[in-house]
Amino acid sequence: MSDTFQLDGATIPFEIGQTVMQAALAAGHYIPHLCYHPEFKPHGSCKLCTVKVNGRTAASCTMPAEAGLNVESEIEELNALRRTLVQMLFAEGNHFCPSCEKSGNCVLQALGYDLEVHATGFRHLYPDRPLDASHPDILLDFNRCILCELCVRASGEVDGKNVFALSGRGISKHLIVNAESGLLKDTNIALGDKAMQVCPVGVILKKRVGFSTPIGKRRYDQRPISAQALDDAPRQAAAAGSCESCEGTP
Amino acid sequence: MAADDLCLLEQIVARHGNDASKLLQILREVQECFGFIAPAAVNSLAESLAIPRARIESVASFYSFLHLTPHGEYRVLFSDNITDRMLGSQDLMAQMCQQLWLQPGKVSEDGLVSIGTTSCTGMCDQGPALLVNGRAITRLTHQRVMEIGQLIRNRTPLADWPADFFRIENNVRRSDLVLGSTLLPGVVLQIALALGGQHVVDSIKTSGLRGRGGAGFPTGLKWEGCRNAPGSEHYVVCNADEGEPGTFKDRVLLNLQPDLVFEGMTLCALAVGAKKGFLYLRGEYRYLLEPLQAVLQRRRDDNLLGKSILGFPGFDFDIEIHLGAGAYICGEESALIESLEGKRGVPRNRPPFPVTHGYLQQPTAVDNVETFCQAVLALHIDAEKYRAIGTEKSSGTKLISVSGDCPRPGIYEYPFGVTVREVLQDCGAVNTRAVQISGPAGVCLGESEFGRKLGFEDLPTAGAFMVFDDSRDMFEVARNFVHFFAHESCGFCTPCRVGTSILKQTMDKIAAGHGTRYDLNEVENLDRVLQTTSHCGLGRSACNPVLHTLKHFRPAYENKLKSLDFEPAFDLDGALARARQMTGRDDAGAHLKAEGI
Repeated sequence: MSDTFQLDGATIPFEIGQTVMQAALAAGHYIPHLCYHPEFKPHGSCKLCTVKVNGRTAASCTMPAEAGLNVESEIEELNALRRTLVQMLFAEGNHFCPSCEKSGNCVLQALGYDLEVHATGFRHLYPDRPLDASHPDILLDFNRCILCELCVRASGEVDGKNVFALSGRGISKHLIVNAESGLLKDTNIALGDKAMQVCPVGVILKKRVGFSTPIGKRRYDQRPISAQALDDAPRQAAAAGSCESCEGTP
Repeated sequence: MAADDLCLLEQIVARHGNDASKLLQILREVQECFGFIAPAAVNSLAESLAIPRARIESVASFYSFLHLTPHGEYRVLFSDNITDRMLGSQDLMAQMCQQLWLQPGKVSEDGLVSIGTTSCTGMCDQGPALLVNGRAITRLTHQRVMEIGQLIRNRTPLADWPADFFRIENNVRRSDLVLGSTLLPGVVLQIALALGGQHVVDSIKTSGLRGRGGAGFPTGLKWEGCRNAPGSEHYVVCNADEGEPGTFKDRVLLNLQPDLVFEGMTLCALAVGAKKGFLYLRGEYRYLLEPLQAVLQRRRDDNLLGKSILGFPGFDFDIEIHLGAGAYICGEESALIESLEGKRGVPRNRPPFPVTHGYLQQPTAVDNVETFCQAVLALHIDAEKYRAIGTEKSSGTKLISVSGDCPRPGIYEYPFGVTVREVLQDCGAVNTRAVQISGPAGVCLGESEFGRKLGFEDLPTAGAFMVFDDSRDMFEVARNFVHFFAHESCGFCTPCRVGTSILKQTMDKIAAGHGTRYDLNEVENLDRVLQTTSHCGLGRSACNPVLHTLKHFRPAYENKLKSLDFEPAFDLDGALARARQMTGRDDAGAHLKAEGI
């Protein structure tokens, strides 16, 4: 018999080594998240999954599950924090949903709707982030990057290519590719790579397939993300890999 | 790249055993040799270390003192702490920029020089200060800045600059247990070796010693935890990444009492069972590297380091010095360990803690420079006697770095429990409006609180004590600190990365005369988000300077506010500044007339 903890009053079983997020998803309970992906080792940078554990806030994707914890997630206090974090991510980049190919399939946008983010909240920073259209089949639109590092992890852990990495510090942190020219065409990325599939927003796009599904008929146009996130989560979760280019994940 | 350069590059890599975990040290040396890390060097390093080139760029771009593009033969960085500014650093920088005909942050057209700012360089007691190619110059005056400008223009090698420029004073104003110690190297170690590691742990626990980096974790418990943690190797790390603006005590300790530091590390090695230690020295203290290495060599020669130390078979321990490269966040212990491993200095998720999973995931005891010194003296004078010094929960003495508005800035060592007022009296401060304790992340005290005591019961501190008299605008002090946090945020987590920039924007908006009450309220909202969701202490304390100064000095904010509920940050007249610059006009006709359009 495995140990359990409490999540918003529900009893959640877990296995040793699982984090609060992994155990919650495995038990069919959704906690909002952005940089967490069930197939990769969690690193806890977006902080959307912040919960209260015995009264103290912690990122649930990296917090090890322990017997008897009292975890609160679906409370207004935390959803207010999450709304502000989503507003911060929108203010940090250049996000124009109506013209974005990812609209309706975008996790950031879906979270915005689901958490009821009705206003921008902050003055936008309008960073200068040129596109990289050098690759014949792939477009990189850095304007939408939320620095979740999923492509970095996918390329490092699954593809074994390390095509992506993060450069700079603080607000100037940005995504780079593994080429002296700095251009994607000079990397060994391929359309079949895992890194091509994981971007939660509209940075890594396949060329010439834009808008093949009309807006209004896309994934999160149908049902809110909270009702769908569990579809992606493996019921047995213990993803662990090593990623040379990743931050803070020894 | 010339053949002999490449050869040098190979030598650098070979010196570090072709080991990718030494990447930061390798990059720092490449930077020092060539003035920047060229794309060809990145390619060559990627090949010889067998790592992706993007990882090298990723690491290099994290540290302020490493450059991937040419940054001039002479790279001048003015220390930008508030204490430097109070001593006129901004005027001096403007003077140098004018003399050398360039803009801050840009490289001159001929590739000769770049001028910019950097976070506090730890010379607040003898500022204004700057770094030129990583070497510290203090006590800047208009005369000295002019001479520096001429030396640069004449391309005089740094080695031929007047030695007096590089003289660093210790400015010890009050000595006690640590600064007054005349203990000979090896004396305490000899006794400890006879008694054994467990005895060291027990004594340190009895002494009540707590970490001097600011957090105050009981040192004995940390050493015990590390000793008992399973692992193939154990490590000792000395945190000499003294980046907290206004602090410079570790600089003085490393200069005056290096043997105490290294002896403390060796005692810790005995206590935790380590064979290897690192001293992580902040890049700003590059000038201390050679003297410290000489001390290490002397200790090796005296059998105080190396194999079978002092003839005790099986007790082997040695210390390596790692240099930082301009990143305040590396003072956070898990970020420091990441940096030691040659990575970006991003704080790790905790738990697990370094004491069980530290350097290379092995048990690691990380302690501050001063903590190691105190540990030696606690053992020397006897743990019980040590415990009697200071206050109940803060035993021993504390080094305080005093700077700002006072005639006698420098290092003051007191038993814990000294009041703020006593320190102010000793340093000769008059008409004091405020004191900032423990740097921007600490607390700002107004006059009514000068009776409070330094110690873990009341005012915990890593040692910074910045004094502001009644001529100072405390809003500008807070704004300087907010800029500091935004500059030093590692950028890992959303709240800190974006929140510190938004806070900076808000403070700049108020400074420009466009602030409203709404903006002040927003600071409180930001604080709630940063405090509760940030990955580490930097984000959690980033709003402190504003909240503390608002509490005591609200008028300093309110007299800058527009009496409106809302005011856009966009400034119509300001938007014409570029056009004015291009046309060389600044007359009334080049400005929008009506106020507040």
